[in-house]
Amino acid sequence: MQTPAPFQYERATSVDGAIAALVAHDGDARIIAGGHSLIPMMKLRLASPEHLIDINDLEHELAYIAERDGEIRIGALTRHVDLLGSDLLARHYPLFADAEEVIADPVVRNRGTIGGSLCQADAAEDLSAVCAAVKARVVIRGRDGERTVSMEDFHVGPYQTAVGDDEILTEVRLPLRSGAGSAHFKTERRAGDWAIAAASAAVWIEGGTIADAGVALSAVGTTTIHLARAEELLRGAAPSDELFAQAAQIASEDCSPSADARGPVDYKRHLASVMTRRALRRASARALAMEA
Amino acid sequence: MQVTLTINGREVSRDVEPRQLLVHFIRDTPGLTGTHWGCDTSNCGACVVLMDGTPIKSCTTLAAMCVGHEIATVESLEVDGELDPIQQGFHEMHALHCGFCTPGMLMTTRALLNENPRPTDQEIRTAISGAICRCTGYQNIVAAVRWAAEHEAAFQQEI
Ligand SMILES: Cc1cc2nc3c(=O)[nH]c(=O)nc-3n(C[C@H](O)[C@H](O)[C@H](O)COP(=O)(O)OP(=O)(O)OC[C@H]3O[C@@H](n4cnc5c(N)ncnc54)[C@H](O)[C@@H]3O)c2cc1C
Ligand code: FES
Ligand code: FES
Repeated sequence: MQTPAPFQYERATSVDGAIAALVAHDGDARIIAGGHSLIPMMKLRLASPEHLIDINDLEHELAYIAERDGEIRIGALTRHVDLLGSDLLARHYPLFADAEEVIADPVVRNRGTIGGSLCQADAAEDLSAVCAAVKARVVIRGRDGERTVSMEDFHVGPYQTAVGDDEILTEVRLPLRSGAGSAHFKTERRAGDWAIAAASAAVWIEGGTIADAGVALSAVGTTTIHLARAEELLRGAAPSDELFAQAAQIASEDCSPSADARGPVDYKRHLASVMTRRALRRASARALAMEA
Repeated sequence: MQVTLTINGREVSRDVEPRQLLVHFIRDTPGLTGTHWGCDTSNCGACVVLMDGTPIKSCTTLAAMCVGHEIATVESLEVDGELDPIQQGFHEMHALHCGFCTPGMLMTTRALLNENPRPTDQEIRTAISGAICRCTGYQNIVAAVRWAAEHEAAFQQEI
């Protein structure tokens, strides 16, 4: 039987209250959202926080998907099931649904949240790559107020993010720009499993050329991999299979997978390349279909 | 801490550690051992119960997190000796063999039918994709859910 180490439990009644509790416990407290990464870690004693601050009562403050000021804003407590069902996301960023269909299983998706996924910062997390590809910015709130950081600055290392011990991730912001197309491709061993490799891609096409692009990989390194070199190659070019094959080549070069039960290194590099090419192809086809 | 949960409409109150998982809180309650506890790693779905009507894995939820919510377990399905159509479907279509996965399968598919009374086979398979059956095979489970859907629809037409 797996049981977490003992801890004190409290429920937050507001975001500011949760932050005050984090501050009061001075590094010994953790937020619990869906609990579907944290509880398994606690059961394995990979995490043993002394205090848990439950934020599940904060749906009124933290669970929403809304369009505002030229952005889509997603509250940190928004659950996978609601990301999967969102018409707004399906219209502007269909890669969310691509990813959500293959994240865990429907019962896990009833609990897991976008904030928990991003803060877990497991390199295999699908939503980290999704948010990196669409150039999301996240809002982090602490006792001194809010700051907004890019996904590049958010991912600081394996299982490490820019969110401090006494801070909370409150919101994910996606820019709304014209000509957008996006897709997420994943290969897993069996339904509901973590990726062997996954790629997220977004392109913004204007007048037949790629004005901007975002590409990121899951599960093929110690952190989410932002493919800056591929993005540079794509920017300003016309979409073509040849171009996407070159970007895919970069994906296989710039990832750093390790061999494990999910496969050897060369296989994972190959998958990174194939997933990247497919994601770019579909992203571009979707952008052009929107334009037409 | 004192944890009071509403399970199958009944209040159950006990002094437990905050680290107690929902599955153990439920199974430590007299008469409520129907909820099974399998993989302990959120993968098998044997421990699925409903929280405010939504299926969740009780091995990955703290009992304390459920205070203020309605929990429903497999024991809530049969009322006064009358099986729920989903239970009847499992019986008719031989959808259980050892029965270990059955409580989770029943609660997962009961929730599916509450949301979507006429699911396609694909929708049924997606709904149970987080539930593992090691002996019956999924064919009969899908057939049982279809049986329940059809009989529930017929029943509702009667009234
Ligand atoms: C069987 C299984 C299979 C899975 N498969 C996949 C998969 O294929 N792909 C995938 O991407 N994911 C997968 N997951 C992970 C799933 O997506 C989790 O739900 C998610 O990673 C964590 O979300 P959560 O809300 O449960 O976070 P929690 O477990 O509650 O928290 C995770 C971490 O984030 C912190 N945290 C949570 N919210 C905040 C916040 N607002 N501010 C600051 N810190 C916060 C917590 O303190 C903790 O450190 C799987 C999980 C399970 C159990
Ligand atoms: S015991 Fe909970 S999912 Fe297996
Ligand atoms: S009936 Fe034996 S595991 Fe499903």
